[in-house]
Amino acid sequence: MNPEVRDHYQAEFARIATRLPGAEVAWVRAARAAALVQFVALGFPTRQQEGWKYTSVTPIENSRFSLRPSAAPRVTAAQVAELALPGALLLVFVDGRHVPELSPLDLLPEGVRLTSVAEALARDPEPLRMLLEGAVGLEATGFAALNAAFLADGTCLYLAEDVVLDAPIQLLFLASEPGIATHCHNLIRAGTRSSAVVIEHHVGLGDEAYCTNCITDIALASGAQFTHHKLQQESAKAFHIAAVRVKQGQDSRFHSGSFALGGGLVRVDIHVSLDGEGAECVLDGLYLTSGRQHVDHHTCVDHAVPRGTSHEFYKGILDGASRAVFNGKVIVRPDAQQSDAFQTNCNLLLSEKAEIDTKPQLEIFADDVKCGHGATVGQLDPEQIFYLRSRGLDDAAARGLLTFAFAAEVIERMPQAALKQRLEALLRGRSPDAVKELL
Amino acid sequence: MLEIRNLHVSVDGKPVLNGIDLTIPAGEVHAIMGPNGSGKSTLAYVLAGREGYQVTAGEVRYQGSDLLALTPEARARAGVFLAFQYPVEIPGVANIYLLKAALNSVRKASGLAELDAMDFLALIRAKLKLMGMDEALLYRPVNQGFSGGEKKRNEILQMAVLEPKLAILDETDSGLDIDALKVVADGISSMRDAQRAIVLVTHYQRLLDYIVPDRVHVLSQGRIARSGGPELAKELERHGYGWIDAGRSSPMGEGP
Ligand SMILES: Nc1ncnc2c1ncn2[C@@H]1O[C@H](COP(=O)(O)OP(=O)(O)OP(=O)(O)O)[C@@H](O)[C@H]1O
Ligand SMILES: [Mg+2]
Repeated sequence: MNPEVRDHYQAEFARIATRLPGAEVAWVRAARAAALVQFVALGFPTRQQEGWKYTSVTPIENSRFSLRPSAAPRVTAAQVAELALPGALLLVFVDGRHVPELSPLDLLPEGVRLTSVAEALARDPEPLRMLLEGAVGLEATGFAALNAAFLADGTCLYLAEDVVLDAPIQLLFLASEPGIATHCHNLIRAGTRSSAVVIEHHVGLGDEAYCTNCITDIALASGAQFTHHKLQQESAKAFHIAAVRVKQGQDSRFHSGSFALGGGLVRVDIHVSLDGEGAECVLDGLYLTSGRQHVDHHTCVDHAVPRGTSHEFYKGILDGASRAVFNGKVIVRPDAQQSDAFQTNCNLLLSEKAEIDTKPQLEIFADDVKCGHGATVGQLDPEQIFYLRSRGLDDAAARGLLTFAFAAEVIERMPQAALKQRLEALLRGRSPDAVKELL
Repeated sequence: MLEIRNLHVSVDGKPVLNGIDLTIPAGEVHAIMGPNGSGKSTLAYVLAGREGYQVTAGEVRYQGSDLLALTPEARARAGVFLAFQYPVEIPGVANIYLLKAALNSVRKASGLAELDAMDFLALIRAKLKLMGMDEALLYRPVNQGFSGGEKKRNEILQMAVLEPKLAILDETDSGLDIDALKVVADGISSMRDAQRAIVLVTHYQRLLDYIVPDRVHVLSQGRIARSGGPELAKELERHGYGWIDAGRSSPMGEGP
């Protein structure tokens, strides 16, 4: 690692480590220090590394982000109210730290524990020990190590056996201060046959550069049904690095939606291990890019045991000189007979300068399996445009409508009405005026 | 209403229409018949403004002005409607949504206010009933997974909603079962009035039994080979197109 970069992070660590949550707990301090050492050893990923061929994080490496916000949060309740999803249980984080005043949690049903990581480390750190000490695994990247070293907050969600939480939980991460890097870690455990929906929502409030580095770990016990949607609306210059790591028990069901609307340089890793027989996951995604945005999705589903199902459906709409990457890896291990894995990635290029790299990566070691994939890259269909124009819609409206429809196909797969409506509104907002009038 | 003079059209440099002359006054129904590949759909597309056709000579006047100078949407807003021979599927766009967008843009162009949701739905329901269509089709994506007959009905539904001044129906009768043909024919007939011109492109006399045309034109190799009254269609049914191409005269035969 470049010594200047190393010095920067080591100096930041020396400056703020004593003020990070859990600083009074010996094992937390030790885990952070070990993570920093690991970060220095790993460095930021380079394009020579597997999985980073198309995405350079040099701009992150070259930014000397401050690792701690300089001031108290300056976000108003009105700003939060505008972003809150109707009917959701809301947890608000500003610049990577939970703000209880902005998160008026109603009484939670029995069997649901929902707290911030900072609060959990202050009150009762022990249950987090295994998770945090093991947070940086063997295959970890520098980003995971950095996250563990500078962990400032996040969410702890625990669902007891058979608990069904109807209201979605909205984790609203607001970025207000320029020039900082935030490190949150969400730790979720869903008990046997429990069920819940978490919507991780990242919003940039300014237009200067900052960096979000967020990890979400989800462990599903047998029969659990869990949904994790990620709605990313970072600022145009923001860096957004996110990992969602899921372990699924027997007959559990997981639905993921990744909606990448913002950010300048974005990398999302979604890794699902189907560890219990008969587990099923559905991974949906939509990326909308324009200008010089770069958005990279890497998904990986590891079929470790028999009868697992994974269905992936990702779509992208690329405009301007933007670039997107979709890499869908599926591993079917020798024992994972009768696995069913299917993957679709469709891309719409609205500009000649936009570029997509889409790649299925199937590693199949079992023989009795059903696996498939399909990827398309194309433009709007002139026949469809003409059909709409022949009905009186002008060219811009026809194109806008077809583009909207292309994206709507993913949005329609979301069963949560509040999220669906929000996504449709955001999509409408991005449409040309000619379409807004119609919609 | 529509005057086509000496229209020559090429596709990729290949001449497809070789001098069409055709006048269709308001209030009349004209049938255009002719063998496969004779240029019927090409003519319909050129009138609707589809890209990819080179007009190498001639002109088309619609209500006195140059139709070919207009964009497809301007033509639609001016009252031109094409029912496609092969309607396009549009995934993700609900049928009702297209109807609303189309009706509003056409109304707007004529200086009319948009219909409110209640009036719009009432209008659509009435037209659906006219076409014997299930309301469920409104909420499905445009033409996606529609049967051949449903697609054709859907085109006529759009026409009934938009109330064009010049309707060009390209083989709307093909692929319809006997009952559907009657429903569609009744739908078309109900729109026949003194202010509207209708062009029926068809291969079959059956449709013309329901909608008796004022004139019948036979297109052959990109030209109008013959024009006549409704009896010309019956003659064709009896003798086939070979009769036209062989240039044999018929008692009813006259120039275009
Ligand atoms: N896009 C195109 N590219 C090449 N040739 C074309 C194209 N469009 C039309 N043609 C040719 O022009 C001729 C006329 O086609 P058109 O579709 O107008 O015939 P039609 O009379 O409608 O036939 P049908 O009764 O089968 O519908 C045909 O020879 C056809 O192959
Ligand atoms: Mg045709």
